[in-house]
Amino acid sequence: MEDASQAGLDIVVLVKHVPDAQFDRHIGGEDRTTVREESILSELDEYALEAALQIVEAHGGEAAGHRVTAVTMGPPAAASAVKKALQIGAHAGVHLSDEALAGSDAAGTSRALAAVVSHLGPVDLVLTGMASTDGETSLVPAQLAERLDLPQVTFASSLELEQHGSTWSLTARRDGDVYSETVEATLPAVVSVTDQINEPRYPNFKGIMAAKKKPLTTLSLQDVGVDASEVGLAGSWTSVLTADPRPPRSQGTIISDEGDAGIRIVDFLAAQKLL
Amino acid sequence: MATVLVLIDQPGEALHKSHRELLTIAARLGGAAVAFLGDLNDEISQELGARGVETIYRPASPDVAEFLVAGKAAFLTATVRASSPSAVLLGNSSEAKEIAARAGVQLTSGVITDAVAIGADLTVTKSVLAGSYAVEAKVTTGTPLITVKANIVEVAPAGDGGAPEMVTVDSVIPARAARITGRTAKAASGRPELTEARVIVAGGRGVDGDFTPVEELADALGGAVGASRAATDAGWIEHSAQIGQTGKTVSPQLYISAGISGAIQQKAGMQTAKVIIAVNKDADSPVFEIADFGVVGDLFTVLPQATAEIIKRRS
Repeated sequence: MEDASQAGLDIVVLVKHVPDAQFDRHIGGEDRTTVREESILSELDEYALEAALQIVEAHGGEAAGHRVTAVTMGPPAAASAVKKALQIGAHAGVHLSDEALAGSDAAGTSRALAAVVSHLGPVDLVLTGMASTDGETSLVPAQLAERLDLPQVTFASSLELEQHGSTWSLTARRDGDVYSETVEATLPAVVSVTDQINEPRYPNFKGIMAAKKKPLTTLSLQDVGVDASEVGLAGSWTSVLTADPRPPRSQGTIISDEGDAGIRIVDFLAAQKLL
Repeated sequence: MATVLVLIDQPGEALHKSHRELLTIAARLGGAAVAFLGDLNDEISQELGARGVETIYRPASPDVAEFLVAGKAAFLTATVRASSPSAVLLGNSSEAKEIAARAGVQLTSGVITDAVAIGADLTVTKSVLAGSYAVEAKVTTGTPLITVKANIVEVAPAGDGGAPEMVTVDSVIPARAARITGRTAKAASGRPELTEARVIVAGGRGVDGDFTPVEELADALGGAVGASRAATDAGWIEHSAQIGQTGKTVSPQLYISAGISGAIQQKAGMQTAKVIIAVNKDADSPVFEIADFGVVGDLFTVLPQATAEIIKRRS
């Protein structure tokens, strides 16, 4: 771990290829898993990538030996999330691709991702978004910290790193409903960031051209030492029994205000017994 | 039936309504025990007893709360090992989900979040993909850890149970944990919490920096104030008020949307509301597609008129 620090920070950013929320999203098949057509890099992961790039830039850049690796898991198409991350500025990409991963719940996903991070190790910082925009559970960062036995700093809305000799520490702010908290940890650590932490940059032409020369490694479960029974539907600790699309809401009464709309709202509330 | 363990984390002076809902569900599933974090005063322990809780487990070290999630998760794991419950119920806050997440790994147990109903066989009903699908799911491995949304059951009246037994639980905080070094309490608004509120009035781009009519209508209805991302990004209201895909997901009895166009990310946060009322100047706003009652009009005249009418009818 100390060697890695002296050689610069090794930062892993987890990126996920998720169904684009701009379109109707579906659950399909006998497995009742999410249909992954029309997928994109999860919007919330762009904040984690931006946070990684800003840390590198604030501490001497790539020249100081810092390195950002974008990691994803999923079917072949998921590689496009890593490619987008390379275009935005990650230095290398890793794609864990294996048919056995399909249908992994948070337990299976965190098992697979922990194995990838260990395979890449020693890593100083694992950065993630605050949630995936498909599963929306926010369970994976905490489970990753547990599995890797690393400090967990989740929902960071600000993040500062400080170097002390060969070790690094971090200070983060978390804005909850009741408290704002300051959190400190020594690296290595797992950090998830909110959409309040920064303004993600877009890939530019130079970045898109440079990305073509960046290394993108594809790994199998065997490469990272995970048995197929530990991931996917077989390795999940939860099971989806039924999944039914909700009937779409039918449109109700729409009126134009003719000077009494406020009163008509209250009439409607009274009729619905909501007053 | 075996006891269901309820995690109650930092309730303050009194139990929250959401804690009472969890205890109500636990009682229906076979009886409740409580893993308690925070200051336990006499009033709370009496109420827990009256709600049928026979045992309250507390951490041996008060330090558990100083380590982000890891300490609380270690305490919950140790309590599950000590009490062998049939299931664990937690609230649906992001911290509660993460406590469940880590305890789940330690206990080799599945976690299901966002439950809106729990059957006698522990089948969980929840919404996924931003409320567009209803799913039934079940934990297949270990002790089910289920985080439960607020407002899904009527709280049962408290009975006359005796004083609960107090049990202290030892747990080991992982050596590698993040420490909470500072904590500032946010000013209380006096309004209900968004995720617990039965009525929400939310404002968007259309309020143009002035949330007053939204706040006044919310107060007249005893509701919470929410906002679209456009409004929180503009700094018109604090970020914790944000409803939508990157904010809070709510399912109140009544949701009044004012000056929000209703882009898909906003709908994602609120389309499971029971009744939706929308006010927007633009007749083509997507929010009208899902509104039960929609007004094409200026929120600055419509909302104050509604507020005044509510006050008038109640007086």
